[in-house]
Amino acid sequence: MNQYFHSVTLDRDKCKGCTNCLRGCPTEAIRVRDGKAAIIAERCIDCGECIRACPYHAKVARTDPLSALDRFRYRIALPAPSLYGQFRGLDDTRRVLSGLMDLGFDDVFEVARGADIVTRALMRRLRESTAQPLISSACPAVMRLIQVRFPGLLGNIVDLQSPMEVAAQTARREFCERRGVSADEVGTFFITPCPAKMTSIRNPLGMERSHVDGAISIIELYGPLSARLAHPDKHYDGPMATLYGVGWANSGGESTASGCDDTLAVDGIHNVIRVLEEIENGKLPELRFFEGLACTGGCVGGPLVFENAYVAKDRIRRLVERMPRQTLDPDAESARPGSFDPTLTTPIREQRVLELDEDLSAALEKMGRVESITESLPGLDCGSCGAPSCRALAEDIVQGKAAEIDCIFRLRDKVARLAREMKDLAQSDSRKE
Amino acid sequence: MDDRFFVHREEYPITAGDFSAAGDASARIKYVLRKLGIDSALVRRAAIAAYESEINMVIHSAGGTLTLTVDRDTIRLLARDRGPGIPDIDLAMQEGYSTATEAIRELGFGAGMGLPNMRRCSDRFTIRSSPGGTVIDMEFTIGKESG
Repeated sequence: MNQYFHSVTLDRDKCKGCTNCLRGCPTEAIRVRDGKAAIIAERCIDCGECIRACPYHAKVARTDPLSALDRFRYRIALPAPSLYGQFRGLDDTRRVLSGLMDLGFDDVFEVARGADIVTRALMRRLRESTAQPLISSACPAVMRLIQVRFPGLLGNIVDLQSPMEVAAQTARREFCERRGVSADEVGTFFITPCPAKMTSIRNPLGMERSHVDGAISIIELYGPLSARLAHPDKHYDGPMATLYGVGWANSGGESTASGCDDTLAVDGIHNVIRVLEEIENGKLPELRFFEGLACTGGCVGGPLVFENAYVAKDRIRRLVERMPRQTLDPDAESARPGSFDPTLTTPIREQRVLELDEDLSAALEKMGRVESITESLPGLDCGSCGAPSCRALAEDIVQGKAAEIDCIFRLRDKVARLAREMKDLAQSDSRKE
Repeated sequence: MDDRFFVHREEYPITAGDFSAAGDASARIKYVLRKLGIDSALVRRAAIAAYESEINMVIHSAGGTLTLTVDRDTIRLLARDRGPGIPDIDLAMQEGYSTATEAIRELGFGAGMGLPNMRRCSDRFTIRSSPGGTVIDMEFTIGKESG
C-alpha cells in the first residue's frame, strides 16, 4: 500500500502562497515555502479543512474520473447517504438509485445498507465492550487524527469496518451470485462526499486492502444525475436501507441508530479535537459511545458535495421522517449462517509524526531549544514565515527546516542592526581619513 | 547524543476559581509529553493526573503552581498550593468523598475521584497538607509501558 497517498493535494499553479490554509490545519501539516504551500504528507489526515480555507481553490481532492468505470465489465455504484441530501424536492431515495443505473451502473448498493449492517454490529459491541467510550470508526479523517494526535485512544476505536467497505463486499458478492459472474469483472465505486474516504480506499485502516475500486465525487455526478432524477429510464427495484442507515449522513445519525443513551456526537474537526482532549483527560467517564465527524454537520458537510451542509442536513432529516418506522435487531444479521462479519482485521497503529526526536534525550535537548527560540519570536502567529505559529517555526528551525530570519520581525531587526553597524563602520572609516 | 543529561522543566501558575483557564496547564503538559515522544499510554496517565490536580487547585485551593519536570527516566508533576489544606487526608483519598459545594457539582466536578485518580495514574504518589497549603508529588516511570 502507498502509505502516504493523499487525496488532498495542491494545485501549484493556483497557489498564491497566502497563509489562509496554515492556521486551520489540525495537524500543522502545511508550510508555505518559496511562495507555495506544501503539505507534509505524513501529517496530513485528509480532513479537507484547507480545501475549505483556500480562496483560490488551490487545494484539491483527487478522486477518480467517470472514465474509471470503463476498467470493469460490470459496475456497481455505492452511493453515500449524504448523496440523498443534494436534490431539491427528492421524496424517495429509490429515484436516486434508479438515476444511478441510468448513468450506466449495472447495479446499486446503498452505503446506507452497509450502515445498517454496521449499526447492528455496533449494538452488539456496545453490549459486550468494556471500553469507555467506544469511538466510532466511521470517519477516516478522525481515525487518522487519533493516530497522529490521540494515540492513547486508539484502543477505544470500535473494530468495525466502514459502511462503505461493508457495502462494497456485500454488493459484489450478491451481484456475482445473482448474475453468475466472477468477482474480478465487477468494479465497486463509492459516490463520495469525502476526500479522506478516497485516501482510505488507497490506504485502508484496519484492513489489508480496500474492497472499493474507485471513488467518484458527488460534485462530479451531481449534474448528470440531477438531470435524470425526474424521469429515469431504468428502475432500481432491489432492497432499500432503513431510516437509520440513511440517517448516518448527518452528525448524530450513527449514535441515534445505535439505540444507546450515553452517546455524544460532535462534528467539525476542531470541535472533535476539543472533545477528544476531554475524553483523554478522563473528563467524560459515563460516556459509552463517541461519534466524531470531521466535517460540519457530518458527511453532508463533506468538501466534495454540491449543496450547503445545513440545507442538505435538513433534507436528510425530512427524508428520514418520511421513511417507514422500523427497529434494528442487533442479532438479526449475525444469527444467519454465513452472514457477513464486518470486524476490522488489522490493528490501527500510532503515527509518531509529531515527536521532536525518537531518542528521549535528543528530544529533551531539542525541546529546550524550541522553548528559547519561541521566546525570541514575536508570538503573533502571523504565518508570514510560512509556519502556522511561532512555536511551529521554532520547531522547524530546531529540525533544520527553517531559519530564524524566516520571521519577518527577526529579519527586520537583523537588517536594522546591520544598517547601524554599516553606518558606524562608515563613520569610523571617515574619521580615520 | 553525548552524556549530557537533559531535563525539561515548566511551571504553570494555577488561579483559584478560574474555570476559563482550567485545563490549559494539563493540555500544555500533554502537548509537551507528546512532542518528547513519550509512550501514549503514559501520556494519557500523566494527562489525567495533571488535569485532576489542576482542577483540584482551581476548585479547592487559594491558587498555586503545577510543575512538570521530565528527564530520561521520569516524569514528575508537582502540585503546590497556598491552602487552606486538607484536614483529613485519609478521608480525602477515599473514592467518592468530596467537600465540593453544590455549585461546583452543578459544573460537573466534585465527584470525589480527583485524588484517587491521581494516585491510580501515577507510579509514585505522595501528599502532604497543612493549613498553609497542600503539596502533591507524582512521579511516572518512563519506559515501563511495553512497546
